[in-house]
Amino acid sequence: MKPTEPTRRKRPAAGAAPASPPAAAPACPVPVSEYPNILMAHGGGGRLMHRLLDKVFLPAFSNPALEARHDGALLDVGEARLAFTTDSYVVKPLFFPGGDIGKLAVHGTVNDLAMCGARPLYLSAGFILEEGLPVADLARVVESMRQAAGEAGVLLVTGDTKVVDRGKADGLFVNTAGIGLVERGRVIGPSRVQADDAILLNGDIGRHGMAIMAVREGLSFESLIESDTAALGGIVMSLLDAGVEVHCLRDLTRGGLATTLVEIAEARRLGIEIVERAIPVREDVSGACEILGFDPLYVANEGRFVAFVARRDAGRALEVLRSHPLGRDACEIGRVSGDERALVALRSKIGARRLVDMLSGEQLPRIC
Amino acid sequence: MKHLEEYRDAAGARRYAAALAGAVTRPWTIMEVCGGQTHSIIKFGVDELLPKPVTLVHGPGCPVCVTPIELIDKAVAIASMPGVVFCSFGDMLRVPGTKGDLFSARAAGGDVRIVYSPMDAVKLARENPSRQVVFFAVGFETTAPANALAVHEARRSGLGNFSVLVSHVLVPPAMAAVLSSPANRVQAFLAAGHVCTVMGLAEYEPLAAKYRVPIVVTGFEPLDILQGILMCVRQLEAGRAVVENQYSRSVRREGNEPARGLIARVFKVVPRKWRGIGEIPASGFALREPYEGFDAERRFGVAGHSVDESGACISGAILQGLKKPPECPAFGVQCTPEHPWGATMVSSEGACAAYYSYRRTEKGASHEAN
Repeated sequence: MKPTEPTRRKRPAAGAAPASPPAAAPACPVPVSEYPNILMAHGGGGRLMHRLLDKVFLPAFSNPALEARHDGALLDVGEARLAFTTDSYVVKPLFFPGGDIGKLAVHGTVNDLAMCGARPLYLSAGFILEEGLPVADLARVVESMRQAAGEAGVLLVTGDTKVVDRGKADGLFVNTAGIGLVERGRVIGPSRVQADDAILLNGDIGRHGMAIMAVREGLSFESLIESDTAALGGIVMSLLDAGVEVHCLRDLTRGGLATTLVEIAEARRLGIEIVERAIPVREDVSGACEILGFDPLYVANEGRFVAFVARRDAGRALEVLRSHPLGRDACEIGRVSGDERALVALRSKIGARRLVDMLSGEQLPRIC
Repeated sequence: MKHLEEYRDAAGARRYAAALAGAVTRPWTIMEVCGGQTHSIIKFGVDELLPKPVTLVHGPGCPVCVTPIELIDKAVAIASMPGVVFCSFGDMLRVPGTKGDLFSARAAGGDVRIVYSPMDAVKLARENPSRQVVFFAVGFETTAPANALAVHEARRSGLGNFSVLVSHVLVPPAMAAVLSSPANRVQAFLAAGHVCTVMGLAEYEPLAAKYRVPIVVTGFEPLDILQGILMCVRQLEAGRAVVENQYSRSVRREGNEPARGLIARVFKVVPRKWRGIGEIPASGFALREPYEGFDAERRFGVAGHSVDESGACISGAILQGLKKPPECPAFGVQCTPEHPWGATMVSSEGACAAYYSYRRTEKGASHEAN
């Protein structure tokens, strides 16, 4: 099975690597973390992918911009502060309820820029086309990208096209990169997160992942679940323009809300407390998750983000979010605690407390 | 899902917790048999609401955990053969054998696919007549009817390119094994609601009578589990030991008769090896004679392979309720979901994985015991 979500997420959290393996592990001779070949789980947004980043990519390309481990790199060029990011899209099917690969490719890169506090400006697009792809499909994707870029206020200014043999790609892969402008003095990221910050979420979670899952696996649920894919540049700018003291922003893509919160807690070395009842999950999404044995906390989203804001601004921030179409159901889901063990704790629906962890790879449908 | 939310209600949970506190006068140890219940208990924190004298221990009912390592090796061997499409439920793919798991077999070129029903595999076999389609028939009595149906359907329609790798296990013999152990500390059981939905209550009555243990057939939601525990405690305090049904919205006394009929037609009861526990007599299913041609072990010549398990992993003691995950020195230190020593750390229903995901207080260091 392909990952439930389109493959995008690149930021690892600092200090994510657990204890090193023992010299002689007794029972299971192949440690999952030391696979000689790449597995789908290496792209699942969990611990295995973070390990890959830590062991293969970061040592090779080490530099301060990369090591900030943000959604995008922040670069000072002359007087300007730029945010720069890239993402690849390998979603299957190419068209799904609520969106398509092109829309996703524009939204994903716009969102990564927005999460740096940047105003998204320019995108590039690289297309890898499989021999035999209907030109009409490509045209549909391109038209969708044109619309999405227009709505997000970005220009697609450069691109590339390659064709590969039949069977070497799932019809079409897209890579986008983007540049945005960050206002002078604005710093947004895990380093600014403080104890008692309010954690706000702009709406219900889990829709994108379950929409893709339902189409790809031919599962029909009681109602059609549509992806939540959306460009978040506008709603983020409305928050920043309103003068809300925003400390950190993250879109909840692969790995879902849980993974995002664990990454931030580990990067900042502070605890996070969330309340399960406060996290909106639509009834059809929650039903589909029950059937498959999935936890909506780990399911992908493409139009959802968390904002860590100063406690005193929380009420005003919620008002701003709720007045935007992409934040009508915005809510506070928890707070940052002073706990230096950097754990994410959840108050369960029956009122007990438990830990929220990052998964090793992707969620798998269970047996019974 | 509204019909689930009502079983996850904080006020209802507090009411059961108060009733339990009022009912209990001395220490009792209760085992939840099913891994789904274990997961729910740890995920929702049900055990945190229990009065101190009530201890829950986790049972052997995790199909992924008890599937013996040689079956995983056989699955990997078959999945790596050219011309084979190997189909499995998702959570079996991550379980390590001696030389890797099914994900690795797929990364090395094997055609391994996740399906949601054995009938999906039958359909794949019909659509790919030139390929051999193998389904990994794993699980307890819950998954047996669908697996039996798939084999029955394949035989009826003469589907020569379909077969099943069978690793079916049964709950009552495992409960008897737990109770017969000299180290046993289990005084009552929450029996597995979905297993009993298929099989009914009858086979639990001799167990309750012989070992003098209350057995309460219980569902999987937090309030189900709390009510099941309350029913156990009331029996224990009153000195009773009978089978009761908490999960009456799903379980009927006679079970699902057509499903049981189908199981009896396709499967026979055989001794089975349980990972971490060893062989238990009359504790699993194998295909009956008319269906033996659909046995993947025979078709692909992997029968007879056996592997000795290492003694360092204590998953056997965990599956029998003798120990809890935090009592293992390797737990969360050397043994993690990325680097599992045993299947209880791999499966989402495994007790070790549940404690690792929901109960650690520090990354890879100390842990909250129960």
